[in-house]
Amino acid sequence: MQKYLVRRLGLAVVTIIAVSLIIFIMSRASGDPRHIMLDDYSTDEDWERMGQVLGLDKPYWQQYLIFLRDAVQGDLGQSVKEGRPVTDVILERLPATLYLGLTAFAISLLVGIPLGILSSIKRGSLIDQIGKIVAMLGQSAPPFWLGIMLIIFFAVAWEILPPYGWDDWNSIVLPAVTLGWYYAAANLRLVRSAMLDVLDSEYIKLARAKGVPYRGVVLRHAFRNALIPPLTFAGVTLGALVTGSLVVETVFAWPGLGKLAIDALFAFDYPLLQGVVIVFTLLYVLAAFSVDVLYAYIDPRIRYA
Amino acid sequence: MVTQAATERDVVLRVNDLRTYFQTRWGTVKAVDGISFDLRRGETLGIVGESGSGKSVTMLSLMRLIPMPPGRIVSGSIMLDGEDLLQLSDGEMNRVRGSKIALIIQDPMTSLNPVFTIGNQVSEAIAIHQNIPKRSVMEQALSVLRKVNIPAAESRMRDYPHQLSGGMRQRVVGAIGISCQPQVLIADEPTTSLDVTIQAQYLALLKELQQDSNVALIFITHDFGIVAKMCDRVAVMYAGRIVEQGSVRDIFNRPSHPYTEALLASVPRMEEDVDRLYSIEGQPPTLHDLPPGCPFADRCQYVMERCREEYPTRTTISEGHDASCWRLI
Ligand SMILES: Nc1ncnc2c1ncn2[C@@H]1O[C@H](COP(=O)(O)OP(=O)(O)OP(=O)(O)O)[C@@H](O)[C@H]1O
Ligand code: SF4
Ligand SMILES: [Mg+2]
Repeated sequence: MQKYLVRRLGLAVVTIIAVSLIIFIMSRASGDPRHIMLDDYSTDEDWERMGQVLGLDKPYWQQYLIFLRDAVQGDLGQSVKEGRPVTDVILERLPATLYLGLTAFAISLLVGIPLGILSSIKRGSLIDQIGKIVAMLGQSAPPFWLGIMLIIFFAVAWEILPPYGWDDWNSIVLPAVTLGWYYAAANLRLVRSAMLDVLDSEYIKLARAKGVPYRGVVLRHAFRNALIPPLTFAGVTLGALVTGSLVVETVFAWPGLGKLAIDALFAFDYPLLQGVVIVFTLLYVLAAFSVDVLYAYIDPRIRYA
Repeated sequence: MVTQAATERDVVLRVNDLRTYFQTRWGTVKAVDGISFDLRRGETLGIVGESGSGKSVTMLSLMRLIPMPPGRIVSGSIMLDGEDLLQLSDGEMNRVRGSKIALIIQDPMTSLNPVFTIGNQVSEAIAIHQNIPKRSVMEQALSVLRKVNIPAAESRMRDYPHQLSGGMRQRVVGAIGISCQPQVLIADEPTTSLDVTIQAQYLALLKELQQDSNVALIFITHDFGIVAKMCDRVAVMYAGRIVEQGSVRDIFNRPSHPYTEALLASVPRMEEDVDRLYSIEGQPPTLHDLPPGCPFADRCQYVMERCREEYPTRTTISEGHDASCWRLI
């Protein structure tokens, strides 16, 4: 268990370093930042001084180390557009993104897993049919289209939910459903097929042969095994949900990091964009790591490997 | 007459005209089609037959563990200790499974649940069927593990299946089977995928456990060598029916059904060349559109006209030995 966790932690650290290196290289490869920061009226002197302030006169490896040191201390540079520290801007937007991502994650689990289990034990029933429709819509409809459809029905036609922004307690519903649907569908299908496999296995037969009632077999013996595939997937899901809300945040004008990244991109605000990418990476790695821990808890073969 | 009555009382399991069909896309598969046999206290009945002949489906029917749908037990009765299992409610059947009739499943590598400890899985049946405090449950689980010769049983209780060798898992499954002192224990090919020494040890252990507890054992196998060592009686299955049954001695000395003959002839002997190894020509019939008549007709060297028209009636060859073949009439 400890060995496993140490290995996972090591992997997380390596990932973060690799991404930071890529970000650094890209930021240098995309041209001299002074071109954006200084306007046409600045002198050569300004140019030089700016270079010194930014550390651009030093060799690249030193620049990278400085970049790392600053980043670790929470200094991600200045946002060009906002004229204040990138860290401040990001911290302002982070709660909205976490709130949306985690709500969508909860939806993907709370809808996907029970529906998957019910449709596997009641194959061909009404609930199975509903599950099939949910899965089909989630996996084939692109989120922007799904989002717009939900807005048209729930906000415009029936006026029961706000169409955009984050003003009311129920503002979260439409964006979270839009974002979570795809993963709810994926979880549903994963759980359903895992459950069918497990229910067909020899150890379920043996449990039945011991006299365990069908309910107990489903809830105790099958459920935990059927959780393993969706859990493997949850590492990807959680990271993707917390970080991958670019489209949904834009459709719903949700004041989170995804929308911030898009805005930064259009404003050529590279330090800000870079900061968002770094935070996304951290969130992604953190999510994957917590799922790994949970995974080890559920599957002893991982724990003792 | 007196001995007759005595054996009558000794019968723990009486299966009569059991039929289990599966509804499939290609039609009705008659996997078990009219099986009858008796099983006495302390006796070992071997069931042999080619793959697909319905051995496992018969045993799952006895446990009432046929997946429904697509399966269905169409008719028959399974009298265990005077009560017909087919008449029990699901709840009543749960109380019988694992306590009065137990099943040891084929593959030791897949029949234990990977996410629960050995102790957990061995104690489960005991906890379900015996109304005793948790501590005694654990003590009893430990004692059955010792009975099947699990070394360091106490610490093994906390292990997970993947931490045990195949042979050890096999014995754990055996321990689960005997944990509630059943009257009937079914072992469905308990020795596949293990090496020969481990297999021999396991069989000796099963035999020993049986002698201790006087449980009636049904033993399913492809291997006549194992039958000779383990069993008192044999039933030979073909295409969902028992085509011949009798004592091991009768079957080996006077095989009466052409299929039994062919099976015995196909048993490889040590001194023989591999070249001369006999195997039965042809394939077993598909079970979803069986023609009328004897299902062995296409592969039988003695086939007659009558064989293709009518299923052969059962003929008694000697006391306790019968076969279904037109040649015997
Ligand atoms: N769930 C099912 N649906 C349809 N047909 C089935 C099902 N289970 C078993 N059968 C059919 O029942 C027949 C008997 O199968 P069974 O497993 O009893 O054979 P077996 O004698 O145990 O063979 P083996 O020696 O390979 O274990 C086979 O033809 C099989 O295709
Ligand atoms: S009944 Fe006919 S075909 Fe069937 S085994 Fe006997 S002789 Fe052969
Ligand atoms: Mg079988």
